[in-house]
Amino acid sequence: MSVQPAVSVPERFPRLPDAPAPRGRGRLPFSGWHLVLAPVAAIMLVPLVWMLIVSLESQQQATSFPPQLIPSSVHLGNYSAAWNAVPFGRFFINSLLYSAATVAGNLLFCSLAAYAFARIRFFGREVLFVVLLATLMVPFQVILIPTFLIVKNLGLVDTLGGLIMPNLCSAFGIFMLRQFFRTLPIELEEAARIDGTSRLGILFKIVLPLSLPALATLGIIQFMWSWNDFLWPLIIIQSQTHDTLQLGLSQLQGAHFTQWNLLMAGTLMSQIPMLAAFLLAQRWFIRSVAFTGIK
Amino acid sequence: MPSVMLDGVTKRFAADAVAVDDLSLEIADGEFMILVGSSGCGKTTALRMIAGLEKPTSGTIQIGDRIVNEVSARDRDIAMVFQNYALYPHMTVARNLGYPLRQRRVARSDVNRRVSEVAEMLGLAELLKRRPGQLSGGQRQRVAMGRALVREPEVFLLDEPLSNLDAKLRVEMRAALKRLHGRLGVTTVYVTHDQVEAMTLGDRIAVLSDGKLQQLGAPQDVYDHPANVFVAGFIGSPPMNLLRGRVRDGSATAGDLVVPAPGVSDRDVFVGVRPESLRPATNGMPSLGFEVAVVEPLGDEVIVHGFVGAELLGVSQERDDAALVAADGHRAEAVACLPPRDRPAEGSVIRLGVEPEEVHLFDADTGLAIRG
Repeated sequence: MSVQPAVSVPERFPRLPDAPAPRGRGRLPFSGWHLVLAPVAAIMLVPLVWMLIVSLESQQQATSFPPQLIPSSVHLGNYSAAWNAVPFGRFFINSLLYSAATVAGNLLFCSLAAYAFARIRFFGREVLFVVLLATLMVPFQVILIPTFLIVKNLGLVDTLGGLIMPNLCSAFGIFMLRQFFRTLPIELEEAARIDGTSRLGILFKIVLPLSLPALATLGIIQFMWSWNDFLWPLIIIQSQTHDTLQLGLSQLQGAHFTQWNLLMAGTLMSQIPMLAAFLLAQRWFIRSVAFTGIK
Repeated sequence: MPSVMLDGVTKRFAADAVAVDDLSLEIADGEFMILVGSSGCGKTTALRMIAGLEKPTSGTIQIGDRIVNEVSARDRDIAMVFQNYALYPHMTVARNLGYPLRQRRVARSDVNRRVSEVAEMLGLAELLKRRPGQLSGGQRQRVAMGRALVREPEVFLLDEPLSNLDAKLRVEMRAALKRLHGRLGVTTVYVTHDQVEAMTLGDRIAVLSDGKLQQLGAPQDVYDHPANVFVAGFIGSPPMNLLRGRVRDGSATAGDLVVPAPGVSDRDVFVGVRPESLRPATNGMPSLGFEVAVVEPLGDEVIVHGFVGAELLGVSQERDDAALVAADGHRAEAVACLPPRDRPAEGSVIRLGVEPEEVHLFDADTGLAIRG
C-alpha cells in the first residue's frame, strides 16, 4: 500500500541536499529527540509518583494487593502523623545545617585549593594534583574507619561538628573548579594584578564572580550528596537530637513492620528542600550561562 | 613622570627558548616608545617584563630611580592595556574604570570624580552602566584605555591595543592616542607589529627581531637610515627591494643598476631601493630595467609589481634571521610605487631610475648598513 505524501514535490525540482525541511503541514512542532526524551522522563517520574500516591493512602490501602494506583480515599493526615511520629523538625534543621555547612565549606576550600592548582606555580604541583585525583577512586567505605578514628580522637563523635568536618572539602570539587578556572582568560587576572589586586583578591573579586556556573554546579551536587548521605551520619551520630533526616526516616521503618504511608509522606517532605535547591540553582545555571556568553 | 630603563635584560623560557636577548633600552621621561617587530620577536615579553608579569632571567629593569626586578606588578605604578582589553566581564563600565582606584583604597568620592573625568575625556559617559559584553569593539577599547588612565600611572604600557579594531576605527584611535599622549605626557611603551602605528605614534621606535634590538631611533631616521637588512625590509610598505650586488672600484652594481659608492671598499653587498624611490628614469640617472607584471592603482599612487634583471631580493619578514630568499636565476621580483600619471601597462618593460642618495648599501656578510 502506498502512502500519499502530504506535500508532493515535482520530480523536476529535486530538493537541494542542504535545503531546510519544508515548513507548514507535515512538520512536527517539536524535535524528534522529544520522542525519546519524553518517555524516559516519564519512567524517571514513576517512583516519585508512586511515592506521592502511597503517601496519600491509608496503611491498609498502601499494603493491599494489587496496589491501588488511584486511592479510593485521600489521607492527608499521613503528613502530620509522620511529622509527629518522630522529631521531624529537629531532623530537618540538622540536615539543613549539615548540608549548608558542607556546601559553604566546599565552595570556600575547594576554590582556594583549585585556584592554587590552576594558577600558582609551585614545586610538585602536578604530582600533588595526580595524587589528589587518585583519591577520587578510593571508595568511602575504605576510609570510613580511619575517618571515624580521627573524628573520635578529636572528641567529635555524636556532634554535628564531627558530622560536618570530614566533608568540608572534596577532591572532586577541587578538580572540577580547577578545570573551570583554567578556562578563564589569564589576562583578566594579569590586569587585576596590575590594578593592584592581591592573589586572594583576584580569586574573590575576579575569578569567583566569573565562576558562578561552576560554583552553582558544585553547590547543588554537594547539597544533594549531604542531604541524602546516610552512611556517615549513621556511623557518627548516636543521639536522636543529632539525627539527620535520612536517619530519622529510617526510624519509621521497623524490622518487622513498616508504615509505608508515613514513610513515604516523610520521604516526600524530606525531598522538598532538594527540589527547591535544584530549581533555585537551575535559574542560576541559566543566568550564568547567558552571562558567560559575554566576551 | 619617570624614565624606564632596561639594562641587558634577557628572558629565557627554556634552555633554548630565548624570548628577549640582552635588551638595553632607555625610555625617557614622557617619551612615547614603540617596540615593533614581527610576531615572536620578543616585544610583548619585553613589555610584560616592564609590567612585572614576567621576571627577567638576567639584567635589570629600572622605573624612575628604582630597580623593579623584585617589585610586584601592583607596586610598580604602571598601567597596561591588553590586546584583548581584559575588561572584567562581571562589572559595569563604571566599576571597571574605578577598579584600580578602589583597589588602592581611594575614597569613594574621589573614585567617582576620577571615573567621570576619564569617562568624559574618552566619550564613555553614556556607557557607564553597561557591561563589557554590551559594548562594541571600539567602546571596549576606550574603556580599557580609561581603566589604565584613571589612576594617573607613572608608566603606561600598551600591548597591540588597536589590533582588534577595524581599519577605520584604528585610524581614529591612533590619532586619539597621539592627542592623549600629547595632553598627558605619560611615559608610554607601546607594542605593535604594525609599522604604520610605529611610524605615526612613536617619538622613537625600537625594532626587535629574534629577541634582539635591531635599531633604535626616531621613526623617520629608522626609515631613512635602516641599520641592517632586517630593518630595511621591515620598516616601509611595500618593503624595500633588496638586490644582491657587489662593489668594485667605488661603484655598486646589482643587475643592470649601477650606482656610485665612493669610499666603499670592494665587497659583496645588498643594494636596497625603496619602492617609492623608484621613478621613470631620466638621463644620467642610475636605472634598471623593470618588467611590469601587476599594476595596483591606489588613487594617489600606483603600486607596480614586476621583475628586475638582478639576482634576488626581498627580505622574508616571517623569518627572524632576516634570511634573504634565494635568487631565482637572474630574475627577481621587485615593487615600485609610481605616481598615477606614470602608470605603466602590464607586460611592458620600463626603465626605472633612482637618486644615488636614496640607494642603501648593506654588507652581504654582516647585513649591516654600509652607508645610510
